[in-house]
Amino acid sequence: MINSLLSGDLPRSKLLALLLGAIVICLALAPFLFPGVRTVDTAARICIFIVLVASYDLLLGYGGIVSFAHTMFFGVGAYGVALASTHMGRGFDAIAVGAASGAIIAALLALVIGLFSLRVRAIFFAMITLAVASAVAVLVSQMSGLTGGEDGLTFKLPRELGPAFKFGKETFDGTLFGVKLNGKLLAYYFVFLGALILFLGMLRVVNSPFGRVLQALRENDFRAEAIGYRVVYYRVAATCLSAAVAALAGSLYAVWLRYVGPDTTLSMEIMIDILLMVVIGGMGTMYGAIIGATLFVLAQNYLQNLMGAASGLVEGIPILPELLSADRWLLWLGVLFILSVYFFPTGVVGRLRQQS
Amino acid sequence: MTSPILRTTDLTVRFGGHVAVDNVSCAFHANQLTAIVGPNGAGKTTYFNLISGQIPASSGRVELRGQSISGLSVSQRTRAGIGRAFQLTNLFPNLSVLENVRLVVQSKQGKGFNLFSMVTKHTEMTEAAEQVLARVRLLDQREQIVSELSHGDQRKLEVALLIALDPDVYMFDEPTAGMSVDEAPIVLDLIAELKEQDNRSILLVEHKMDVIRTLADRIIVLHNGALAADGAPADVMASDVVQEAYMGRGLEGALGHE
Repeated sequence: MINSLLSGDLPRSKLLALLLGAIVICLALAPFLFPGVRTVDTAARICIFIVLVASYDLLLGYGGIVSFAHTMFFGVGAYGVALASTHMGRGFDAIAVGAASGAIIAALLALVIGLFSLRVRAIFFAMITLAVASAVAVLVSQMSGLTGGEDGLTFKLPRELGPAFKFGKETFDGTLFGVKLNGKLLAYYFVFLGALILFLGMLRVVNSPFGRVLQALRENDFRAEAIGYRVVYYRVAATCLSAAVAALAGSLYAVWLRYVGPDTTLSMEIMIDILLMVVIGGMGTMYGAIIGATLFVLAQNYLQNLMGAASGLVEGIPILPELLSADRWLLWLGVLFILSVYFFPTGVVGRLRQQS
Repeated sequence: MTSPILRTTDLTVRFGGHVAVDNVSCAFHANQLTAIVGPNGAGKTTYFNLISGQIPASSGRVELRGQSISGLSVSQRTRAGIGRAFQLTNLFPNLSVLENVRLVVQSKQGKGFNLFSMVTKHTEMTEAAEQVLARVRLLDQREQIVSELSHGDQRKLEVALLIALDPDVYMFDEPTAGMSVDEAPIVLDLIAELKEQDNRSILLVEHKMDVIRTLADRIIVLHNGALAADGAPADVMASDVVQEAYMGRGLEGALGHE
């Protein structure tokens, strides 16, 4: 059962299995284990970024294709839900239509970019994705009539996913383990389950015959062609699939935030974050996405607080409080990344698997 | 004679002013092993590249069972029935031995775009791959990562990939290069076995004269990219053309030994 859910791709390291288990349990029970607006928000972001990073890993770690347009596909999915909800009115049908059309548009965009550039050499693909992604980001911020420009779009979702919707009054008195049963809780589980299904789906894809071909291409595309695989078709298919999943992750993000804007979905910063998460977690492992996204989002959200506390503790000692001041959290984030890449060149997952 | 499996007609490729393969017209028949010999730089591997499609020809045609395959890509030619093992070992280094062979079986069965089934559930593919591995005596190393294999085992795996593909035209490019004296016979026996299969044509680039003597039904000699001689092994080795082409040194002396 577990074997087929995980598509036969087990963690292959006890420590890794424990770590992954702990993360998944924490995410599954986040609203109950860590009640609070900010903690649940962090958990939802982790779920969404796991999917986004895993879809990027499918491309980079399995297919060996470097793309800089991953946030563009993420944004297409987010804007899909936003636009559908704005124009169709609130409703689950709007979410479904928005997510589906976002995924289809993302896949089509990937198809066009891929067919034009993947025929030649992988590096052209990287350059073209960079150009297209920048162009789309500019377009979105300029076409303010449609997209809300730099301000983005705020939209309404079905009541069932909003904090005003309460349920379980009769049976549970409106709370469960002290947590209010409201639409925000449902929204969290919508995001969590969506992310879980997408992740397991991708885990299946990388362990399918198709996934093996992608690995073969990454290893030796010359030989893959010589044993009968039309390399460009497989690369394009991987790009489309990865784009569609990134768009669905974007849709989940839109559902969670009930807002989309260029900064939250399309910015180059997020692209770099994704790259870092893939590298930290471990390329070509899928599980790396879980580790990478969790570490990164946690650091992004809590490193500042942690440092503030640490700086308070060492008060009185010269220099140290200054060095640990909460304002310097970005510096330390950078140092952490450099160290993690230096000590775990194959990522956390690669490292843990080596040891076992 | 029956119609050939593979035929090249006036096949030529130029790199700048240099003609690497010069108007080679040659037909290869079923149940025949043809050794392609010639000194280094004679164009043997380039001729192979033109047939399997890695290099586009400047002019001339390649036909497989009477159909032109000149316009096809490498992968299309592979699926049409041209199989190639490479001179320099050319595998998937970070995948296991079994995965390497299974990838070929999967290509052969056209299952590459199967997205949502677990690859390990395709037992028929695994079994087919294991049969091939048993033939090349690599079954015990099936779970090993290829980059950790010895050179000899990598050469065997190179041959295994070709056997798994089971093409109409088998092309071996110095299959025993760098193999030890006890390992080389395994590969040579396999090639001898392949000769027994019906409707296959085998092309073998080889330097070692003893190998050619035992295996070849026919020898063609390439010299400066052109076809210098073609015929039964004994005739070719004795022919005036060859003696002359090598300035009286005799074929064996000219070819040298590795």
